[in-house]
Amino acid sequence: MSEVLTRVADGTQAPHTVSVAGADRSGRGRAVLVTVLKSLLALVFGLPLLFMIVSSFKPDTQIFADLGGVRAFLPVGDIGLDNYTGVFDRVPFAQFLFNSVFISVATVVGGLVVNSMAAFVLARMRFRGQKVMLAVILATLIVPFEVMALPLLWEVNLLPYFDGVEFSQGWLDTYAVQIVPFIANAFSIFLFYQYFDTIPKELDEAAMIDGAGWFRIYRSIIVPLSGPAIATVAILTFLPAWNQYLWPLMVTQSEAVRPAMVGIDYFRQLNVSWGQLMAYASVITVPVLVLFIAFQRSFVNSIASSGVKG
Amino acid sequence: MTTPTAEPLSEAGVVPRAARTTGTAERRAPSGTRSPGLVALLMLLPASVLIITFLLVPIGLTFVLAFTNARLISPEPAQFIGVTNFVNLFSDDTFWASLRNTIIFTVVIVPVQSGAALGLAVLINSKMRGTNFFRTVYFLPVVTSMVVVSMLWLFLYQPNGLINAVLANFGIAGPDWLGNPKTALIAIILMSAWQAMGFHMVIWLSGLQTIAQELYEAAALDGANRWQQFVNVTWPGLRQTRTFILITITIAAFGLFSQVNIMTQGGPLNSTTTLVFQAVRSGFQQQQTGYASAISLVFFVLVLAVSLVQRHLTRDKEATR
Repeated sequence: MSEVLTRVADGTQAPHTVSVAGADRSGRGRAVLVTVLKSLLALVFGLPLLFMIVSSFKPDTQIFADLGGVRAFLPVGDIGLDNYTGVFDRVPFAQFLFNSVFISVATVVGGLVVNSMAAFVLARMRFRGQKVMLAVILATLIVPFEVMALPLLWEVNLLPYFDGVEFSQGWLDTYAVQIVPFIANAFSIFLFYQYFDTIPKELDEAAMIDGAGWFRIYRSIIVPLSGPAIATVAILTFLPAWNQYLWPLMVTQSEAVRPAMVGIDYFRQLNVSWGQLMAYASVITVPVLVLFIAFQRSFVNSIASSGVKG
Repeated sequence: MTTPTAEPLSEAGVVPRAARTTGTAERRAPSGTRSPGLVALLMLLPASVLIITFLLVPIGLTFVLAFTNARLISPEPAQFIGVTNFVNLFSDDTFWASLRNTIIFTVVIVPVQSGAALGLAVLINSKMRGTNFFRTVYFLPVVTSMVVVSMLWLFLYQPNGLINAVLANFGIAGPDWLGNPKTALIAIILMSAWQAMGFHMVIWLSGLQTIAQELYEAAALDGANRWQQFVNVTWPGLRQTRTFILITITIAAFGLFSQVNIMTQGGPLNSTTTLVFQAVRSGFQQQQTGYASAISLVFFVLVLAVSLVQRHLTRDKEATR
């Protein structure tokens, strides 16, 4: 089924439109109808986000005054950056953003290295217990994180933590506790495994004749050939890492390590300025939206390939 | 279960596939640069240690801690207390409310979200102009975090918020969506479906594109209309995709937490509380890890049962085909 992902969504696949002779006239009417329907749906999916961004530039009074009409979605009236400056005054927003970026990037980079190495061994070498290991990895895929979140919280609170100087007990309130548990990922290993398996084994053979060791084969042959798999895993790791909420909510207390998603809770507790809330939400959302639009094809291919395991 | 012990990775066990077929390769290469056993072990080690520590152990702990009085932070070691946690759980009305809400949420959102996503996929699965644009727009909420979406919709759902303001234009007095026990869960379901639909649209789309064009042509020649083509060609062709989508939506639905924590805190009158929300409340806020593990175990059994049933159903169909 892996050919699915290569064909998906790149738009080159022939459309499934079947024109029956004599149905042309109704076909044109249908096309108009379909376009209208698609546009209405685009409004349903796009307008709330547009509203969020537009409202981030308006004071609360203006937001409420504009609600009933089309002005709610237009940057008109009393427009300014007050909400943005307000957000930075009110919470340590720059720190939150840095924490989010650091945690997501570290998780992605660590995950790429660790999972691709494991998948390389599973896909290209042969040893006893290999099938069983792969089966265990696949079996864990149906266990949602939420099932083990609370036992994991208990566990990390008991693990020894090394801060570079000395050991202490408990990982709570650190960067490590937000990164390390999410580096090894069964699904990433599976995606890499699937991709590595398609690369001809003769390459290993040839490299070995030239005297290359296994690690060299991994680093100089397999990794450079695996661009699409790397992009897929990077995207599928980045999104959940950036969007994490439940876990950092439980394991972080200090603002020094808290990510932006949890920081948004401050606005629920303080008396709400909706405009500032929208500004905060826009800052943590728009960069991801821009990344998505820029790398749209990779994103969609990644998601589509996540369906291949079915 | 299978820890990568040194034994299966020993020198004798690890034989490069290439070397097996061509004995010469093994002899020619200098053995010092590649002792596959050690290299394989080292390359597997980080992932193995991390998966055991942060995946297999916590899963195992769920089963153990559920039968103890473990607390998150406690000087006393945890004690085995049998099924006391479950006895308490089953006599707790809030637990039943959370189980009921979780099941209602799942039962409603699985058909609604997967059906609507299939509709979107069929709608944009054509070479008409702008397909890329529409796909991108439908997908935007997926790349927006659930936290942001929840905050945004918290405002949209306010009694004087955007949705009611729009409804007022049509002379409809909207309810207090999140403040009314009758509408709160529905409001969360609608928002959740809105957020995740684009994800499943893309997966449906990949399924649609595996169906051979000739099948549609043949059906059209036989005089099948579009609906008949959908029922007889598209639907059977999506069997694998369907299984995958049902399982992923179901598992994600059982894990409902962020929306509830941000928008309603389980209220009003426990009408939106969920299993995970209750697990977090007892295991984190009240630090009762044992009790929270019991809730997690119920959650786990639920997920396992549904996966097995869904897998069984699809397997049966395959057998009869």
